[in-house]
Amino acid sequence: MRRAAALLRAAAALLLAPCMAFAASPEPMLSRVVAAIEANQLSVALQRVEELIAAHPNFRLGHLIRGDLLLARSRPLETFGNVVKTVPQEKVDDLRAEALVRLRALRDRPDAGRLPRNILQLHPGQRHVLLVDSRRSRLYVFENADGRPQYVADYYVSLGKRGVDKAREGDQKTPIGVYHVTANLPRQKLTDFYGAGAYPINYPNEWDRRLGRNGFGIWVHGTPPDTYSRPPRASDGCIVLANPDLLSVGRFVQVGTTPVIIAPEVEWADAASVRAERDALATALERWRLDWESRDAERYLGHYSPRFSAGAQDFAAWAAHKRAVNAGKSWIRVSLAQVSMLRYPNEANFVVVTFAQEYRSNNLSNTMRKRQYWQKEDGRWRIFYEGSA
Amino acid sequence: MLISHFLRSSLAALAAALVFASAAARADELADASKLLRAGQHQEAMERVNKVLAAKPKDPQARFLKGLIYTEQGNTREAIDMFRKLTEDYPELPEPYNNLAVIYASQGQYDRARAALEQSIRTHPSYATAYENLGDVYAKLASQAYDKALKLDSSNAGAQNKLALVRELVGNATPGRIAAAEQKPAAARPAAPKYAAKPAPVAAVPKPAAATPAVPTPATADKPPAPATPDQEAVISAVKAWADAWSRKDADAYLASYAKDFRTPKGQARSDWEKSRRERLQAPKSISVAVEEPRVSQSGDARASVTFRQEYKSDFLSSRSMKTLVMVKSDGGRWLIQQEQVAN
Repeated sequence: MRRAAALLRAAAALLLAPCMAFAASPEPMLSRVVAAIEANQLSVALQRVEELIAAHPNFRLGHLIRGDLLLARSRPLETFGNVVKTVPQEKVDDLRAEALVRLRALRDRPDAGRLPRNILQLHPGQRHVLLVDSRRSRLYVFENADGRPQYVADYYVSLGKRGVDKAREGDQKTPIGVYHVTANLPRQKLTDFYGAGAYPINYPNEWDRRLGRNGFGIWVHGTPPDTYSRPPRASDGCIVLANPDLLSVGRFVQVGTTPVIIAPEVEWADAASVRAERDALATALERWRLDWESRDAERYLGHYSPRFSAGAQDFAAWAAHKRAVNAGKSWIRVSLAQVSMLRYPNEANFVVVTFAQEYRSNNLSNTMRKRQYWQKEDGRWRIFYEGSA
Repeated sequence: MLISHFLRSSLAALAAALVFASAAARADELADASKLLRAGQHQEAMERVNKVLAAKPKDPQARFLKGLIYTEQGNTREAIDMFRKLTEDYPELPEPYNNLAVIYASQGQYDRARAALEQSIRTHPSYATAYENLGDVYAKLASQAYDKALKLDSSNAGAQNKLALVRELVGNATPGRIAAAEQKPAAARPAAPKYAAKPAPVAAVPKPAAATPAVPTPATADKPPAPATPDQEAVISAVKAWADAWSRKDADAYLASYAKDFRTPKGQARSDWEKSRRERLQAPKSISVAVEEPRVSQSGDARASVTFRQEYKSDFLSSRSMKTLVMVKSDGGRWLIQQEQVAN
């Protein structure tokens, strides 16, 4: 068997879903091309790939497959992408990687009954979440349905040339973590390179800084006009979408609010176990609130990890400060609203909790948005960072 | 009906040469014309052919020969016209389609060439010349598709196509041919050659199953890279000189590496671009630029593109990127940068 055809056929065998909800994407057409190759209907495949190219003239993968299908009529194929040997092999490898990633995404449709473990709770103002699965080169959009995520769509994305887990400026990696969109940069303000627009995210966040990670300018952005999409590993750390996809995603983005979670791989779990995790943490958060109101400094401080730090303050300094403040109180009332809980990828039992806090007491009242990092230590949820959001 | 009658009668008489039993004089004229054409005496050949056509204006062999003479003379428009009209008048003859395709291909119109050859094969599913030609046309179309896939400069039309022009009408005929043509219903559309050609004399068609082992044959896979040509060496040394100038922060030498018609990024004015490049060279205390694994592909005598990994280090920044420079040879014989692309 010719290897290229075998490769394409193997890829085609992965396919399950015959039709997709998003007609704008070339992927459904691509899957039909591959299905024809799999059935050894090479002329049907050629006709379909020509339709695909007519619809998306800059979809390079389509041209590569067309090249193979034409060449197969002339001589046996040696591999996928039978380009002359003078062409840098990386370019062909890139397209091959894109093909496999896209076809795999068509096979691995999100199961309606399963939810990403990262999204425990959304607050009512967060209409959507963007969740990136790096291994699959995929960005999922979830809608907020009464605090629970509901799948909306997913898109092919390109990430950093050197993969993920950004740590240093210039390392060409995409960060892993829980971020949010900080701005909306329309096409007019950008060069062509960023395509239809850009949404910067807040890398490095508090956790990154605490770990000494640096770098800046991580954006979710579009694609330059000379290509429909870029290879799976192509950017200097940004998350790159095809322009039509960026425009679709843009409709879901609220600046300052929409979370962007970037995971090495999304962990899916059944809805009941996600709910159980969420409830356990919500209970811990409620105890923290009540213990704060009780003015019992030791019970309140029991919610904080010995590893706690916030800015220059370590646990000892924080505890001393809280004990002193509590001594001056005759009553405290705390109420929390707009609580979101997002599990940090790549870390064990680490959840970013954000909320609007209304604090009232005999001598001081304020309201603020607060962010806490909770981590389960020895079976108990504890706070190890706290600051304004 | 008329045409199949013509084919039969021409075939019956064809045993020795291009001879029509009914018109020996005409056949002599055409045989002579053919000989003259082969000898490169186009004008004389044309005169003979015209003489025959004066008596029999519809004669397919004379018209075919006239098409060939036009082709040899480089008179492609007339040649196309001649062969095209033949396909209209005698749609069952594969040769005019084939020759039409050869001309289209020589003009780089591979889609039209493909259509004409497919038509030729549809007419005669076992017509080997058309298959061989079609194989070459597919390869050419494939290479254009690959160029688009990889965004290469597809001006490398320099590679001459080697499609075979058919010199004789019904020249490839064997008694089996008519039979094959009749077995095949005219309307049947051969999807891919492999389906169409049953007793195929087809070398170029992909072999089904069992053909190639899973392991790539070392013959093609491990072929050592061809030695660099003098031009390629000149291109590489121009790129190295450019990188050296950059490393020395020698802005004049650096800018002199660029062609007058260099495409500045985003169509910036040349003077603005030069200014920004000078600043970029002056800002760091030290710069080092290394060019690794340059690969040159040449398209024509005065044009080449070179792709390499660029290792840039300065006291501010170090970066690695894939860069492609499109180089043009100046009148003075120097290779200059005309376009600069960074892969991301």
